[in-house]
Amino acid sequence: MKEINMREMKVNQSGIVSAVKVSGELGRRIRDMGLLPGTEIKIQGRAPLYDPVALRLMGFTLTLRNSEADYIDVKVED
Amino acid sequence: MTATIALAGNPNSGKTTLFNALTGARQHVGNYPGVTVEKKQGSFVENGTRINIVDLPGTYSLTAYSLEEVVARDFLVKEKPAAVINIVDASNLERNLYLTLQFMELGVPLCVALNMVDVAESRGVKINIEKLGQMLDLPVLPTVARSGQGKKELIEAASHLIIGRKKPEPLLISYGEDIDNTLAEMVKRIEAGNFLTTTYPARWIALKYLENDQQILELGRETNAGLSQDLEKMAAWLADHFSKTLDTDPEAVIADHRYGYIKSILKQDVIKRNVRQDRLYLSDKIDRVVTNRFAGPLIMLAVIYGLYHFTFTYSEVPVGWVESLFGLLGGMAETHLPDGLFKSMIIAGVIDGVGGVLGFVPLIMFMFLGISLLEDSGYLARVAFMLDRVFRIFGLHGSSVMPFIVSGGIAGGCAVPGVMAARTLKSPKERLATLLTAPFMNCGAKLPVFALLVAAFFAEHEARIMLLITLTSWVGALLAAKLLRSTIIRGESTPFVMELPPYRFPTFRGLLIHTWERTWQYIKKAGTVILGISILLWAMMTFPGLPENQMAGFENQRQAILAASPATVVSEIESAGEETALSAEAEAVQDKLFAVDALESEDALRHSLAGRLGTSLEGISSLAGFDWRTNIALVGGFAAKEVVVSTLGTAYSLGEVDPEETGSLSERLAASPAWSPLTALSLIIFTIFYAPCFVAVVCIAREAGSWKWGVFSMVFNTTLAFGLAATVYQVGSMLNLMGG
Repeated sequence: MKEINMREMKVNQSGIVSAVKVSGELGRRIRDMGLLPGTEIKIQGRAPLYDPVALRLMGFTLTLRNSEADYIDVKVED
Repeated sequence: MTATIALAGNPNSGKTTLFNALTGARQHVGNYPGVTVEKKQGSFVENGTRINIVDLPGTYSLTAYSLEEVVARDFLVKEKPAAVINIVDASNLERNLYLTLQFMELGVPLCVALNMVDVAESRGVKINIEKLGQMLDLPVLPTVARSGQGKKELIEAASHLIIGRKKPEPLLISYGEDIDNTLAEMVKRIEAGNFLTTTYPARWIALKYLENDQQILELGRETNAGLSQDLEKMAAWLADHFSKTLDTDPEAVIADHRYGYIKSILKQDVIKRNVRQDRLYLSDKIDRVVTNRFAGPLIMLAVIYGLYHFTFTYSEVPVGWVESLFGLLGGMAETHLPDGLFKSMIIAGVIDGVGGVLGFVPLIMFMFLGISLLEDSGYLARVAFMLDRVFRIFGLHGSSVMPFIVSGGIAGGCAVPGVMAARTLKSPKERLATLLTAPFMNCGAKLPVFALLVAAFFAEHEARIMLLITLTSWVGALLAAKLLRSTIIRGESTPFVMELPPYRFPTFRGLLIHTWERTWQYIKKAGTVILGISILLWAMMTFPGLPENQMAGFENQRQAILAASPATVVSEIESAGEETALSAEAEAVQDKLFAVDALESEDALRHSLAGRLGTSLEGISSLAGFDWRTNIALVGGFAAKEVVVSTLGTAYSLGEVDPEETGSLSERLAASPAWSPLTALSLIIFTIFYAPCFVAVVCIAREAGSWKWGVFSMVFNTTLAFGLAATVYQVGSMLNLMGG
């Protein structure tokens, strides 16, 4: 297991959120949607211009800008 | 007896569908006081009780960060509905319960509609409803809002809450030792000081202080500044403690515990999954194609073009009906009313004004129908997803594309439905910037102006110039948006964090209700203002009339022409109806008479308030190459852009020129010494950017929630347009380009 930034994840790669390092409105929005340490996620796809990213968690699909994903660290298989 | 029930839940949980199922077509759309958030209400009678249902805005949480959330929680706290139905998507239970928990902490009388149980089952998710109800200590009713299944039981459960009238105790979740201790301390102080406790539960207030909730903080400071400061200190101490010991903040810990609480409930045999959670569903398979790198943009282009075509082509027929109806009315007024000011006001002010208001109705209906279809099916979220990268550069949002396209991003749209299409945008700053820049697009009414000028001065390059005009308006709109977002609408972009809902078939009934309500709102609210302004513009172009001696002068000229003609010709003209073919001699005399009429109209126009305005502005406007005739035409263009053409016609004493047939006017302009290709170019640029027509201005003011923004759009756009036009004209003149 290693810890990487969500931006570096590839399509179809899964992992477990290890940290969300932002507060204020953005932090609140990310957490309200269930992106918390311990949540399993899988990268579902990226927009044609590679940004935003679409990910799968808890049975639904969420999209984030790369600049927002930057605050999220994920543990992935080596 | 009457009682109010609030309907609350996540976006895409089927809330609106359930609302439609409960109320049918008996609903009313308005706004929450002072904000632009839509408020839908409906009512029905159950066991002799009139039940009023309010559809709260769909939210994921109850923070103070968005208007929707503030509106929802204010309604719950201040209006105190007798029952709250929380609609929860069964196929997405975990995240939906996060909001349920917050309602429970607020202590509102709650029952849960577990919606889309059919979808959940088809996805292999089995929910033990009884157990869930026990764990939450709430009535939980399974529903399928699309088919109305479970509706009756749901209403019964809500009625029990109404009759019970027992305010439930707020739910107390443990947030871990550190937070719990601080909360307990804060609650003591809050209860001792009776601090906001008549409105909110004490622990909820304390939680909001820990969450740094700006609305509650402000309210607290107003109520009891001293106590509020103490609470803020306690919250700050805890935040400091967390950041030192755990490198986190209370907000994060609170969210963590809420989800933890939900997980602990779901673990107790509430939910059973037969399949892996990351299994691909049909929706995901569609997305593989629809948001694919190469196919995605192509499909999107086709869909956007399809929406555009649907809005503007298919609405042509009903628009035609409306136009001919008002043409007929105008004709009737023309024949039956005595000549004079009253007749002129009825025709040019009232009939044209009402016709103008209603002429947009088919467009608005088709636009809302198309956009609702895209929105309800889930495709609009994909468009925002794919285009966000481009629009974000300019401080906008992926969803800004629809207002731009409908406004005329594909030349020939209309800013009125375009501005309304911005409703799908939930980010306030991005939405405002979109509202203010969408009218730069080339709407159908600007096209006759361009066609006139291009035919007169750039006939050989028609296609190229038209393409250039479209590109100019896009580049201009995006750069203007960037300018606005870095100055008066400055601020960080609203988080994009957005759900991509599964694709769904929209319900036909939902589409119809949605479309009709919004169209009716336009007729009712915008209609009256538009009629008023229409009469005002008519008055500006009519008053003051020509002095009597001048009118007598024109009358004498007409009499002189008639006196010089043979008696047979005179009687032929007098007896002829509008459609009668005249002899060649009579035709010649008639033309002379028309020429005098046209001269009179020109003088009257110049003499009117609008004319004087145009003349007095000549000093400034000459910087962009516009003389008083162009100025008046541009004033008239505020009524509707195509009026620029007909007013130019009057100003060049050609009588009223039909915007569809501008041959004689373009010849006249091409031959006029006052005009050059450079003047035409300058006017084209000005027309792209200057103040939107007043119907669009009224809509901007309504959508932005303040007249301030309506006025701003007129001043800002006109200033920008003049700056650009004058620059082009001056630089062009200096370089002596294009014979200028």
